[in-house]
Formats: sequence, C-alpha cells, structure tokens
Amino acid sequence: MQNFASIFSNAIGLIWSGDPALWAIILLSLQVSIAAVLIAAVIGLPLGAALAVSRFPGRQVVIVLVNALMGLPPVVVGLMVYLMLSNAGPLGVLQLLYTPTAMIIAQVVLVTPIVTALTRQVIETLDAEYHEHLRSIGLSRLATVPVLLWDGRFALMTAVLAGFGRAIAEVGAVIIVGGNINHVTRVMTTTIALETSKGNLSLAMALGTVLLIMAVAVNAVVGLLGLRARQVAYA
Amino acid sequence: MRDTAAHDLTVVPIRGEDTGIPILTATNLLLDKGDTALLDIPRLQVQNHGPTLIMGPNGAGKSLLLRVLHGLIRPTRGQVSLAEPFDQAMVFQRPVLLRRSVAGNVDFVLKSAGIPRRHRKARVARALAQAGLTDLARQSARSLSGGEQQKLALVSALARKPDILFLDEPTSNLDPTATQSIEQLIAQANRTGTKVIMVTHDAGQAKRIGGEVIFMNKGRVIEQTPIQHFLQSPKSDAARHYLAGGLLI
Repeated sequence: MQNFASIFSNAIGLIWSGDPALWAIILLSLQVSIAAVLIAAVIGLPLGAALAVSRFPGRQVVIVLVNALMGLPPVVVGLMVYLMLSNAGPLGVLQLLYTPTAMIIAQVVLVTPIVTALTRQVIETLDAEYHEHLRSIGLSRLATVPVLLWDGRFALMTAVLAGFGRAIAEVGAVIIVGGNINHVTRVMTTTIALETSKGNLSLAMALGTVLLIMAVAVNAVVGLLGLRARQVAYA
Repeated sequence: MRDTAAHDLTVVPIRGEDTGIPILTATNLLLDKGDTALLDIPRLQVQNHGPTLIMGPNGAGKSLLLRVLHGLIRPTRGQVSLAEPFDQAMVFQRPVLLRRSVAGNVDFVLKSAGIPRRHRKARVARALAQAGLTDLARQSARSLSGGEQQKLALVSALARKPDILFLDEPTSNLDPTATQSIEQLIAQANRTGTKVIMVTHDAGQAKRIGGEVIFMNKGRVIEQTPIQHFLQSPKSDAARHYLAGGLLI
C-alpha cells in the first residue's frame, strides 16, 4: 500500500502533466453533465415557474412529489433508465445503452426534479411580491412566467448549479447505463470507483482532486451569484 | 374601532345617483371569508368628475374594495361594471418594482400594455422626466429611495395613460417632501383626465386632493359625499369618530 503523500504527489503530477487519458475522462464528465443540466434547465425552469404561479387541485401533491424526487437514489434511476434502454425495453431500438447519451438521459432524470423544485421555491417567493402588479398591468398567470424567470435569473442560476453539482458527482446512474467502458463512457466518478478497487490510487486521487476543485468552484460561483442577486434586489 | 357598531349601519343616501353616467358601478357586492363579510356593498357608483377618495378605519375593507373594483380580487358575488372598457392601472402601498433599471420598469409596463417599441422610448423618457428620475434612468430601480420608488411606480402606471388610476395609500410610507411630489403627480393626472380612485388615511391629503369621499366601516359604505362636506359635517357617527380620532392623533 502506497502512502498518502506519494499517492497525492503522483496525482498532482498526473493533473499537471496533462495526462491525455485523465483529461479525456474529465472532458467526457463535463460534456455529459453539462448537457444533462442544460436539458434539465430547459425543462425544469419553466416547469418549476409554472408550478409556482398556477393554482389547480392537487397542486400541493405535485409539489410534495417534485420535492421528493430531488432525493431520487441515482442507482434506482440508473436501473430504470437501463430497463427502458435495454434491448428488451421500450426504447431498446434506439441502441443507446452504454453510450454517453444514455448517461445524459439518466442525469437529466436525476437533475430535472432538483431544478424544478428549486425554481418553484424561488419563483413562488418572487411571485408573492410581483403578482398583484403583474395582474394589474394585465398579464395572465402563465404570461407572468417569463417575467418571473428573468427577474429571478441570479437566484435561478444557483438552482441550475445545484443540479450540476448533483450530476457531476453522481456515480450510481452513469455506471449502470454507461457501463464504465474505457474511452467511451468512463467519467470521473466511475473511474474513481474502478481504479480504487483496482488499487490504482494515483489516478483515482487525481480525478478526486479535480472533482473536489470543481465542487468548490461551483459553490464559489453559487455564492457569488447569490451575492449578486441580493445586490440586484436591494442595493 | 369604538363601540359604535349599531350606528355604523345607518347608510347615508348616496349622492348623485341620477346625475350623469357613472364611470364605474358596483352592484350587490359581497366578499366573505368564512362567516365574516369583508365587503357588503349593495350599490356603489363612481362618477367621472374629480378624484374619489376611499377613507375609513383599519380593517374597513378599503384596500379590498379597491382591489375588487380594479379586478384583482373576484368578489364572492355581485359585480363591478365599467361604463366603457376603460384602461386601468394601480399603484400599491409598497411600490412593486422589477429587478431592472429605472427606465426598464417603465418600458415593461408600456410593453405589457401592447405599446409598440418605436413609441415606447419617448414615453419612457417623458415619464422619467415627469418624476424627475431622468438622471437615474439606467440605475437599478430597487436601489432608489422609497420616495423615488413610489414616484417611479406612479409614473409607470400613468405612462400608459389609464382612464382610471387606483392608488392604495401611496404615500403612507413616505416623508412630506416625497408625499408632496406624489400628490402633485396625482393632481396632474386628475387634470389630464385620469379618474383617480385612492385609498387614504390622511384627512389633510384628502382635502388637498379634493373630490368626493367614500367612507367605509366594517366592509360597508357608510357615506359618499364631497370632501368638504365630509370633513366639516360628516353625517354618520362612525365618520365623526373616525375624523375625531384621525385629527387628534
């Protein structure tokens, strides 16, 4: 067993030297998660906003459901998407299993409820402040959605970034539907799981470091956007 | 309110029911929450000459009536009818401003009113000049002072040239200087043909703005009289108590 210091210095060396295999994995991770988050945002932002401003029987049930879906276990999502995409499944003809597309689909399923639920909260608060004014100037409830989304843009960026944080760090779903195939569907988290079990701790640690840096960076951006949102609101 | 409940129910005959065509008529208005009637107004007419001021103690239903008349709240039963499909605008007690620039807020209101882009720029500029906010046009609207925010909300509402302007205690949070400029803008709107319907607590303000008073208590309209008559010789006990309290404090 290597000691921690040598693993860590090897890991830094790998990152620093620009190891092509390492960077290919990082790049694929980013591609998959960014694509998933963009799709989830396109679905979740308007859906969450519509849920915030609409009034229909059973609305509260839908809100509880969406909130509950935020905590979907990734392996269960992986399993469900696997069943859908496998040859015997309803979408089997598309031959998507073990492709990056399958991983994107799984992450969209994971992230969309997060973006939707957080958007619903942000927009509902904003709507409480705006709705009489917007109704007064003649907008229907649904017509207020784009206005609220625009005015909540900074707070909503944090919702989207929270989704990205979830996607990039998730392992259970992508490993099931992606299969962790070298050079094809191997992303940071799945590689860390695999390399650690193989004892290749330097590569695992290198990827782990990159993942941690990303987590810190995402949170820093969330913090800065939150600051900006408050400035826009009150300064 | 004091123990004048029995007297409050004496409804003084409403003035001018037979003069001209009312701009706005409410009939059989009832708004209730559970067992309590928040508004109970069998008939209310508002004429199109001079401002109409809605006065009364807290909880009288003034803001609710304003919102029902404007269409923000649907009454439990009864209806509000306009003589024509008038364009209406409303200014709230606490100004609602979007997280955009000062000019962006006026532009948004005009855009929502369906005014084409090529006409909006000039009208935004005119509205800002009216409020003395031209120099702050590009600043974030929410960075303005309370008085400036309310002025912006008011000129935004006026920029669409509404036929009826509803105001819900627009100066209750403002200092005397800001109050004065708001009152000037209201007077100007009145002169240029906008029907002003305003909730106010301030008898002095009511006197300065003029017009008629709709005095409310416990969800009912108790009297509707010209402001001078109302201030000098209120007909109902409730109004006498209200004015006495209002002037003493």
